[in-house]
Amino acid sequence: MSRLHQYVGGEHLRQDAPDKVTGEAIYVGDMAFPGMLWGRFKSSPIASGRILRIDTARARALPGVRAVLTGEELDHQLGLYMADKRILARGVVRYQGDPVAAVAAESEAMASEACNLIEVEYEPLPAVLDVEQAIEPGAPLVHPDLGSYRYMKGVFHPQPGSNVAHHQKIRRGDLEKGFAEAHRVFETSFWNPAVPHVPLETHVVIARALSGDRVDLWTAAQSPFTVRHLMAAGFGIPHNNIRVRIPYVGGGFGGKAGINLEPLATMLSKATGGRPVKIVATREEEFNTLPSRQGLKSRIKAGVTREGKLTALEVRYLWDAGAHADYGVNIGRAAATAGAGPYFVPAVKVDSLVVYTNKVFGTAFRGFGHLEVLWGIERNLDMMAHALGIDPFEMRQRNFLTPGEPTITGEIFTANHGRPDLCLKTVADAIGWSERPREDHPPKRPAPIGGKRRGYGIASLHKSPAMPVYTSCSCILKFNEDASVNLLISGVDYGQGTYTALAGIAAQELSIPVEKVHVTWDCDTATQPYDWQTVASRFAVMGGNAVIAAARDCLDQLKAVAAQVLHAPVEDLVCENEEVYVRKDPGARLHYRQLVIGYSFPNGSSIGGPVIGRGRYIAQGLTHLDPETGQGRNALNWTYGAHGVVIEVDTETGDIDVLKIASCMDAGKVLHLAAARTQVEGGVIQGLGSALIEGFKFDESGRLLNPSFVDFKIPTAKDLPREASQHFIETPQLDGPHGARGIGEHPMIAIPSAIGNAIYDALGIQIHELPLNAERVFLALKHAQPNDAARP
Amino acid sequence: MEHPIKLTVNGQAWEGSVLPDLTLLRFVRETLALTGTKEGCGIGECGACTVLLDGRPVNACMVLAVEADGCALRTIEGEAKAGKLSRLQQAFVAHHAVQCGFCTPGVIMSAQALLERAPAPSDEAIVEAVAGNLCRCTGYASILKAVRSCTPHGRTGGER
Repeated sequence: MSRLHQYVGGEHLRQDAPDKVTGEAIYVGDMAFPGMLWGRFKSSPIASGRILRIDTARARALPGVRAVLTGEELDHQLGLYMADKRILARGVVRYQGDPVAAVAAESEAMASEACNLIEVEYEPLPAVLDVEQAIEPGAPLVHPDLGSYRYMKGVFHPQPGSNVAHHQKIRRGDLEKGFAEAHRVFETSFWNPAVPHVPLETHVVIARALSGDRVDLWTAAQSPFTVRHLMAAGFGIPHNNIRVRIPYVGGGFGGKAGINLEPLATMLSKATGGRPVKIVATREEEFNTLPSRQGLKSRIKAGVTREGKLTALEVRYLWDAGAHADYGVNIGRAAATAGAGPYFVPAVKVDSLVVYTNKVFGTAFRGFGHLEVLWGIERNLDMMAHALGIDPFEMRQRNFLTPGEPTITGEIFTANHGRPDLCLKTVADAIGWSERPREDHPPKRPAPIGGKRRGYGIASLHKSPAMPVYTSCSCILKFNEDASVNLLISGVDYGQGTYTALAGIAAQELSIPVEKVHVTWDCDTATQPYDWQTVASRFAVMGGNAVIAAARDCLDQLKAVAAQVLHAPVEDLVCENEEVYVRKDPGARLHYRQLVIGYSFPNGSSIGGPVIGRGRYIAQGLTHLDPETGQGRNALNWTYGAHGVVIEVDTETGDIDVLKIASCMDAGKVLHLAAARTQVEGGVIQGLGSALIEGFKFDESGRLLNPSFVDFKIPTAKDLPREASQHFIETPQLDGPHGARGIGEHPMIAIPSAIGNAIYDALGIQIHELPLNAERVFLALKHAQPNDAARP
Repeated sequence: MEHPIKLTVNGQAWEGSVLPDLTLLRFVRETLALTGTKEGCGIGECGACTVLLDGRPVNACMVLAVEADGCALRTIEGEAKAGKLSRLQQAFVAHHAVQCGFCTPGVIMSAQALLERAPAPSDEAIVEAVAGNLCRCTGYASILKAVRSCTPHGRTGGER
């Protein structure tokens, strides 16, 4: 093999960086078209109510207003997994922030003013805000018509007449026997609030509804082809009538998966006779109207032997889907399959219920439910370890899946699945776990208030991509005259660095300088090959495989022509450093330039033609899960990892200072070291946000109390851990490109768990709710004091 | 009623009239068509719209265009000279301090102002300078490394 042009695992520069540091990068918000109008929407001020009257007369009369729409005029029910969403509310509003009417006008100010002039009269209806109340018989129904909705059959199991959008069951082993064999049985509950994604770029779209039911979209979305597909399905028009273009995207984190404002902008454009309509969500709308992460209530019952081996696990997950569960149902399904942690558990019963409530709805968020389920599982594991007098590190090592053992969905863990044990050992070593202070850590009784205390915490994580069984991806590599290459692929790089990693793979495979591979940044469904969605940490893996296939297709084409020119059999040809030569006669060689658009013999006759490589990849061997037992193969691959933290808690304020975080992922193969490292750096801080400060707060009527950066903080440069290290294990994934697995989401998973575990080590108190902000930590410690008046 | 204003934009004179309620952010993005400056919140909390007024970083969404009268305005578009990236821009590229890129122009303007004000800032000063710029992707570590590499102590340090 050539030693030239080796890029996989390297640190070649990001292809997008020059555009982004100069301000040359164009995002949808920067685009404008002749005749473009501004769209805005008016949203519900209440969580649940009947729309009695919408008066748009004053808005329509305003100069500059070109269209006003309400839900009555829009008869579309949209969704990917569960079509439970209308473009604008019709008849009822289901959450505070639910769009009820929309306007297109000549300027943004006119559109805003027109929205203000729309009068809506509501009859408030009882709101259901708590998941446990929502599953009680007789609870108000968020979707009384659930039984009539279109959904992905065979995968999801809605329960009409209730608020349950999906019930994922996992059953394995003999639960009764498992609990009977347990030395101790522990029962505990945990809670995660809803958390918004907070991309710096809010949702933004420009739509043109053209004659003949055609639609042109420019949108800040994660998945061009899924936007197209959902538009086609929702509006009943051919796929080819819809063209979706995605330029640079200012962050997604799952919040820009599926479709969001595209249908509304399209209908506004249609109502104006096809003028382009741009909608830019305000930051408040980003919090209040556009989707967030779901909340979760977990109830865990676990049986363990005296030695700390798990014998049985019974878990109920109640997902707070909010008003729509299009994506939520899949989170409830996917996270349930990982809902026991990366451990072998002989007997398991998981009930994962995705529950409608009258709150802003949930969607995919980096980690897809895994941060939430592992908040409970990894905290509970520590609690059991401490109760049994076993070191939490040792407890995990005794329970990790080992080759030959089944996961809770019946997939057999193999040596090539990865090394959860080694990930945990790596982070434990990095934070000095075995040398940590043991005396009075964790304290036998809650620590007294006064001074600062240190704590050490560890937590494991795992996740597989959640995606349909048929998920596929394709790539086109087309050579230019100078033997440079354009790489066309339709996963979207909204910051992850995937394109840069894929360029490295292509360059290495083709044996050309990486600078000569240009990934086409603007995705366009009219010109680029199909991909499913840029979610689930599956793009680098599936895209990488597609790129390799496309590159090999190019090499075959180059060799086929070179063989004729060099009078050598194809199998004797070598492609190296932009040249094709004959292995036994290296003097006989051709530069790629002579071949990539066709070879001309000295007499002028020409053969070959432009070299265009085609590659594709489809998930293989995946099955639907059995509706009653959840058994099946839903994982393309599993990425295992762990975090270790050292914190210092100020017992007088509850404030947590993160002194050290070590993170380790079994990446299979690191495709691009800098991208991998910076993904972990960023994901860890996003995880710290979930751990320490972030969470939606609602009042008793369901109004969101913190929909702005004033009241909702995300980490800033001041919130960094004093020390952070990123480690990678490389246990090759047999079907991954160069052995790689996805690592995009994993860095933020289990960060809250590690911090929660460290708080116990520091203070001797167990906190079950997130975020672990100063107020919560201080009050928990205060109430645990023997003399506290409010002590429960 | 429009007000006449006169300022320099990335070193070039600009003269014209603006409405009194026009924010500097809209002036930059819409009137000047310099879209490198981004809007992330519109209420002065995220720093994505940071530009320099007389060398001082400001949230352009919180300043009126008329307040820039007589000032030297600098935006991200003026940082690369004749197609060559500034030292700080190069450092952001070299340190992989860019992910989605939406916060990047604002962060670079904040940090550039610091480096011009205090060529050898402490780590604390660097953190302070960019603490008003929210970034959801990078976790800030690579940004801080990039800025640090442009200081005298950063240049000699063993930073990769």
